[in-house]
Amino acid sequence: MNNEIVIKTDKLTKEFGDFIAANDLTFEVYKGEIFGFLGANGAGKTTAMKMLIGISKPSSGDANIAGFDVYKDTENIKRSIGYMSQKFSLYEDLTVKENLMLFGGIYALSDKVIKSKTEELLEKLGLQNDANKLVGSLPLGWKQKLAFSTAIFHTPKIVFLDEPTGGVDPITRRQFWDMIYEAAHNGITVFVTTHYMDEAEYCDRVSIMVDGVIKALDSPAELKKQFNAKSMDDVFLMLARSAKRGD
Amino acid sequence: MKQLLTFVKKEFHHILRDKRSMLVLLGLPIVQLLIFGFAITTETRNCNIAILDNSKDEATQNIITRIESSTYFDIYETLYSNDQIEKAFKTGRIKLAIVFQPNFQNDLLHTNKAQMQIITDASDPNQANTLANYVSAIVREYQQELNQNKDLPYTIKTEIRMLYNPQLKGEYSSVPGVMGMILLLISAMMTSISIVKEKELGTMEVLLVSPMKPAIVIASKVIPYFIVSLVNVVTILLISNFVFGIPIQGSFILLSFITIIYIICALSLGILISTLTSSQQAAMIISLMGLMLPVVMLSGYAFPVANMPLILQIISNIVPAKWYIIMVKDVMIKGIGLSEIWKELIIILGMTTFFLLVSIKRFKVRLQ
Repeated sequence: MNNEIVIKTDKLTKEFGDFIAANDLTFEVYKGEIFGFLGANGAGKTTAMKMLIGISKPSSGDANIAGFDVYKDTENIKRSIGYMSQKFSLYEDLTVKENLMLFGGIYALSDKVIKSKTEELLEKLGLQNDANKLVGSLPLGWKQKLAFSTAIFHTPKIVFLDEPTGGVDPITRRQFWDMIYEAAHNGITVFVTTHYMDEAEYCDRVSIMVDGVIKALDSPAELKKQFNAKSMDDVFLMLARSAKRGD
Repeated sequence: MKQLLTFVKKEFHHILRDKRSMLVLLGLPIVQLLIFGFAITTETRNCNIAILDNSKDEATQNIITRIESSTYFDIYETLYSNDQIEKAFKTGRIKLAIVFQPNFQNDLLHTNKAQMQIITDASDPNQANTLANYVSAIVREYQQELNQNKDLPYTIKTEIRMLYNPQLKGEYSSVPGVMGMILLLISAMMTSISIVKEKELGTMEVLLVSPMKPAIVIASKVIPYFIVSLVNVVTILLISNFVFGIPIQGSFILLSFITIIYIICALSLGILISTLTSSQQAAMIISLMGLMLPVVMLSGYAFPVANMPLILQIISNIVPAKWYIIMVKDVMIKGIGLSEIWKELIIILGMTTFFLLVSIKRFKVRLQ
C-alpha cells in the first residue's frame, strides 16, 4: 500500500427532501487498499456508493474518484472503475464466454485483449470446460466469483463491491476474499460494503456509518483498541446501538 | 459503433434463447391474422329460420323457395300457429322467423297490399339487422320480377357498387387492423419488458455505471425488435396476399415507409412505458391493458369510431393505431398516395417525438 489517494470526499451530502441520507462524508481511500464500508441497513451506504460511482448526483460537498470530479467528470470515472452490484448482475441466458465478451466490449477492449484475458481468467477459475455453458446453470458461488472477475476484467483503478458475498457459503466467501486480496495486490483499490463483521476484519481500513454519518474510521485493530472491544462485531454493536433509523 | 453491435448481438441472444417469447413474437401475428380473417366475420351464412305460412299459396311458395335456395338461410322448421313462434326463438334454434298473413297472394294481386312479417332475434342487433335486410332483398327481387312487364310510375332503381372491396370481404378491414394492433403490441410490449427486465435483474445498474451511453443501451434494445417487427410485416402481407387474396393496390414503398414510421412510434412508446415502471409484470399489464384494449376498441378496426359517443371519439385520437390503420387502408386497399395521408403521417411522427422527449426527461430525472 502507498499513499496515493484514489478516493477523496469532502463533506459529501445527499438529501432527499428533508431526509439526509448521507451527511458530511469526509474520507480518503489509498491506492491498493481494501476499504470496508460498514453500516446497518438504511445507514446510507448504498446512497454514498451511488454518489461515488457517478449514478447519483450529490446535493453538496465534493468528491474526487481516481482523479476525476464527481460533478464534471462522470464519464471518466465510469471508465476507471468496476462495479459489482448487490444483485447478481451477469446475464444468465448468455454463456460465460459471451458475458466476458460483452463486458470487455462495453469497456472498449480490443478483441485480441478480450480473447487472451478470457482464456487466462477461465484457467484461473478452472472454468475452461464451462466456457460455453449458460451462466444461469452455474452454482451460486461460481457466479459470484465470475461476477467479481467481470467487474475487474478491464483492470479498473477502483472496484466497488456492494455486499458481494450475500447468500454465499463460508468456503466460497473465503475464496472470494482471496480473489479480493489478489486484486488489491495487483494495485486495484477495493471499496467494499458488507454487513458480515468477520469480513470487516479482512479489510485494511473500515468506516462505520450510522444514520448517514461516518461514526468511526480506522484499521480494524485500531478500532478494537479504541472501543476496547474483542471483535469488530462488538465495535459495530456499540456504534450501531445509537442508531435511530431502522430498516 | 462496435459497442452497439456487441449489444445488439446480446439482445438477439436473449430473444433467440427464450423459446416462449420467440413463439409470441413470430407466431402471434400469424394466429391473430388467421383468427380475425377467417373466424371473426360479419357475414352470416346458413342461418336457421322458421316459417309460418298462413296463406299457403303460389306467391308464398315462390318466396319460400327463393329464401331456401339462398346461401344465407336454412329453413329449420315450419310452424303452424302464432304461439309457436316465441317458443322457437326461446329454444335458441332459430334467429329469424317469417310470417305470411292469410290471403297473401290475393292481397298481392288485388289490393296491392300483401303483408308478411319478419321477426328476428335482436339480442344480437347487428346480426338481426343483416338477416332482416337479406330477407327484404329477396322479397324485393321477387316483387321486381312480378312487375317486370309493367311500367310502374315513379320507380327509383338504386344501383349499388362496392368500391375497393367489391366482394365485401371482411379481411379487407381485418388485415390493416391486425397490422396496427400486432406491431404496436409487439414493439411496445416487448421493448418495455426487455428494458424493465434489466432493471429488475440489476444489470441495468451495472450498465449505467459502465461507460456505455444510455442511448446506446436503449438503441440496442430497440433494433432487434425493429427487425422482428419487419419480419412480421412481411409475414402478414404474404398471408394477406396469398391466403386472403388481398392485393396491395398502392405503392409498396409507401406502405413500407409508413409501417417503419409506425414501428418506430410503437418502439418509442415501449421505451416510455419502461421509464414508468420497474417491474416486468407492471410493464406487461400496462402494455396489454393500456394498449390492446384501446387499440381493439377505439382504433376503428373493430367498431366504427364515427358511431361512438363524442368523448370516446376524442379519446380515440390519441390511439396511434387509429391513424396507422387509416393510412394502411388508404394505401393498401384504396391505392391512395402520400398526398392524401400526410396528415396522419405527421400525427404519428408527432406522437413519436412526444414519446421520446418524455422518455428522455424521465430517464434523466431517475438519475438525479
